[in-house]
Amino acid sequence: MRWMWIDRIVELDRGKRLVAIKNISLAEEHLHDHFAARAPVPGDSTGPLPALPVMPMSLIIEGMAQAAGILVGHAGDFKEKVILAKIGRAELSRDAGPGMTLRYTATIQGMDNAGAATTGTVELFDHAHPQRGFEPIGVIELLFSHLDNNMGGAGATGEAFPEHNFVFGEGFKTLLRVSGIAVE
Amino acid sequence: MTRDEIFSKVRDILMDELAVDEDEVTPQSSLVKDLGAESIDFLAIVFKLEQAFGFKIAQGELFPENVAQDPRYVRDGKVTPEGLTVLKQRLPHVDFAAFLKDPQVSKVGELFTVETLVNFVEKKLG
Repeated sequence: MRWMWIDRIVELDRGKRLVAIKNISLAEEHLHDHFAARAPVPGDSTGPLPALPVMPMSLIIEGMAQAAGILVGHAGDFKEKVILAKIGRAELSRDAGPGMTLRYTATIQGMDNAGAATTGTVELFDHAHPQRGFEPIGVIELLFSHLDNNMGGAGATGEAFPEHNFVFGEGFKTLLRVSGIAVE
Repeated sequence: MTRDEIFSKVRDILMDELAVDEDEVTPQSSLVKDLGAESIDFLAIVFKLEQAFGFKIAQGELFPENVAQDPRYVRDGKVTPEGLTVLKQRLPHVDFAAFLKDPQVSKVGELFTVETLVNFVEKKLG
């Protein structure tokens, strides 16, 4: 089972745009370590710090990578192995904590046989302040490689990848199905 | 659009994509050797050029493809005369003069300078 970082796809415009949401829950164990309470350190004037559970920004980037990756994969009927190749830009201005909802909107900037470039916005809905709606908190630009079409050079080192599409496994298929998107 | 205007747009793209400073991007800078571009960056550069200048770039039009893998074009790590003819035909915006002295396939990437991109854009717009 792949670790999924989006809960539901709420909009999909084939080859153009995908919108997904992620509900952050205190039941996610990593939030208890990120960040755990800190006892006072002798000689450090900071003193004790209470726990601060916030979603690691690296995982917000992973959430966008999954949203954008599905968008790119779907555009090619999931025949290509779509691999995250580069994070061109990632700017996030606010922490996201338990009880909040993230919304990822990924857009394809360009796509060819070799890969795809996407750009995306991250928005945050704070259920304690519903009147604010989804507020923009960041922008993430990603570059994906279609693995099988880019192994010409590396193939000489004897690397080989399995025939089956290991990128889009059961976890993704379940996500697509529960989001009402037809999958084979 | 003048050559200077094209250069300035290309420079902005490279500064953004390759995280390099303005003064590092000169017409002679090699994308790979001087600016640290890797293969995946070429893909991003193609997409950004399309956006900035409003034209489509076909695969293999700006950067070569399927040459290094073809035994007719590459032998013992060097590009064959036949391969060179194909490269020159496909990539009229590239200056092959220095490459001809030692046509190692591993050095094909070094052929691409900032000026190569400017030439390419100028031809496309012209």
